[in-house]
Amino acid sequence: MSFFEFLAGNWTDVLEATLAHAVLVLEALGLAVLVGVPLAFLTYRTTAPRAAVLGAAGIFLTIPSYALFGLLIAPLGLGRGPSVLALTLYALLPVIRNTVVGLRELDPAVIESARAMGMGRLRMLATVELPLAWPVLLTGLRVAAQLLLGIAAIAAAVNGPGLGNLILDGLATAGTPFAIYLTIEGAAGIVVLAVVFDLLFAAVNRLTTPRGFGA
Amino acid sequence: MHDMTHGTTDERTAIRLDRIRKSYPGQTRAAVEDLSLEIPEGRIVVFVGPSGCGKTTTMKLINRLIEPTSGRIHLDGTDVTEMPAHQLRRRIGYAIQQTGLFPHRTVADNIATVPKMLGWNKARVTARVDELLQLVGLEPGTFRARYPKQLSGGQQQRVGVARALGGDPQVLLMDEPFGAIDPLNREALQNEFLRIQSQVRKTIVFVTHDIDEAVRMGDRIALFSQGGRVAQYDTPENILAEPADGYVADFIGAGASVRRLSLLLLGELAVPDWPVIGQSADDAEVAAAAARCARDRLLVLDADRRPTSWVPLFGPDRERGEKLPVQGSMGPRDSLFDALDHMLSTNTSVVAVVDEEGRHRGALEMDSVRSLINTAGRREPSGPPQEV
Ligand SMILES: Nc1ncnc2c1ncn2[C@@H]1O[C@H](COP(=O)(O)OP(=O)(O)O)[C@@H](O)[C@H]1O
Ligand SMILES: [Mg+2]
Repeated sequence: MSFFEFLAGNWTDVLEATLAHAVLVLEALGLAVLVGVPLAFLTYRTTAPRAAVLGAAGIFLTIPSYALFGLLIAPLGLGRGPSVLALTLYALLPVIRNTVVGLRELDPAVIESARAMGMGRLRMLATVELPLAWPVLLTGLRVAAQLLLGIAAIAAAVNGPGLGNLILDGLATAGTPFAIYLTIEGAAGIVVLAVVFDLLFAAVNRLTTPRGFGA
Repeated sequence: MHDMTHGTTDERTAIRLDRIRKSYPGQTRAAVEDLSLEIPEGRIVVFVGPSGCGKTTTMKLINRLIEPTSGRIHLDGTDVTEMPAHQLRRRIGYAIQQTGLFPHRTVADNIATVPKMLGWNKARVTARVDELLQLVGLEPGTFRARYPKQLSGGQQQRVGVARALGGDPQVLLMDEPFGAIDPLNREALQNEFLRIQSQVRKTIVFVTHDIDEAVRMGDRIALFSQGGRVAQYDTPENILAEPADGYVADFIGAGASVRRLSLLLLGELAVPDWPVIGQSADDAEVAAAAARCARDRLLVLDADRRPTSWVPLFGPDRERGEKLPVQGSMGPRDSLFDALDHMLSTNTSVVAVVDEEGRHRGALEMDSVRSLINTAGRREPSGPPQEV
């Protein structure tokens, strides 16, 4: 049986796992934005707190993924919970760092003018700072998404959803005739998702960047 | 302070700084040490001085972008030192050299920033944007929807001024607004800004390090020295004519007498008369007129008394019997500087002076320019900004 004959037999499983994989990554990305952007905003003008936040987010990235997923089983049990949380922690550094960089790179004259016109802190954030930092923030999300797509395969080790399950099944049945096909399906699904995400981010970037900006 | 010696009774004070002090953390010497200053309503007051002497700091104390370490700030007689800063700032326009325009917003949206915050309705905001674009000389249809990056430096600066005027503030703060513009366009912008001011009559604080710009723009000049000290506060004329001390004289520099010339407008001076003849005068009449005067040429006027040409009485030109063209005459808005410049650049010894309608008033020679400089002397603080 060739690979394609094999795929024809279980393509619904592959599709399901691929969708679950994408959802898992998007959930983690969303959580990372909800936590990371406010943290970045609160600390970007400071020195010590900013360094502390970036340092902490950096430490998560250095923990081997198997270890981090495993460590979270104790408080959160198996399945979706530890998977989403672990991925969120990995996404924090790119999200926070790019938001901080984006905010710090804003033209001080623009910020000063906004203050001088009587804008309050929140209005300035919503109408000036975030829109202007958006392209850099978006790049952070793109990097984070690519990172998470790969790491999310580990979720299967803690009974989480996604393409990792195919890869894991392949490993578990190594030596049997079709084990390698399962692994290939899992890996290929991740590569396809990576390409799709990249195209989506490029489209979002084009649609949300004001005309006068890049030109 | 010098200003107190002049008649300021008819002027209302718009901004009063009362014993202001500002020291930045970690500085041994305060940026502004102990400054009291009154800024009259509807005038342009220029803060001028060398870099680092505290002009920008003083200006930003007015809209409290920088909070004073001590001292009080009064606006229109009200102490605003403690009122919520955002409310104060919506009443004070702000324009800076770097423009600070929002790059992600159109020209119209930039200008609409303060009106929208003030809660104006849509129709009023739109009308205001178009009115301001027109005021700063940008065709609304062409520029409304552009982004700042799609404008030249001068156009960006105009939009910056329009945005500063957005909410119709009483006060305008400007920090070296034309400093990044090339000299030719800068002069055009300066003149245009004076025209705008003649219409809007705001109280303006204008910061520059360029004494020429200060003389051109200011109704008053506050000349700063280190530590936010005001070495002299007076009209440009008086500062150029009578520098308060050696520091002021040094800062004004060697060109002070020439700079003063540009403040002496022909319309305000007694221009000496000049012998004239009609266009149809024959040789006998020319000879008779020549006999009555000791000049080397007569001015020929047309039926409306407008200068048309010169008739030379001596020298090689006379022998050829030719009339010489007038080559441009000086009007009431031209200054002694312009008259002198005209003589030097056209290599003539005399220039015709006319009134508003272009009719004969007289003529100036090098000698008469010199005696006018001497008699013009000190003048009272200038009146309201001139219509152009
Ligand atoms: N944010 C700041 N922190 C510390 N020192 C400052 C700050 N801004 C200005 N200064 C200092 O205050 C003095 C006055 O500065 P400034 O008002 O900008 O002068 P000017 O506008 O006349 O060039 C300078 O010595 C400058 O170095
Ligand atoms: Mg300055």
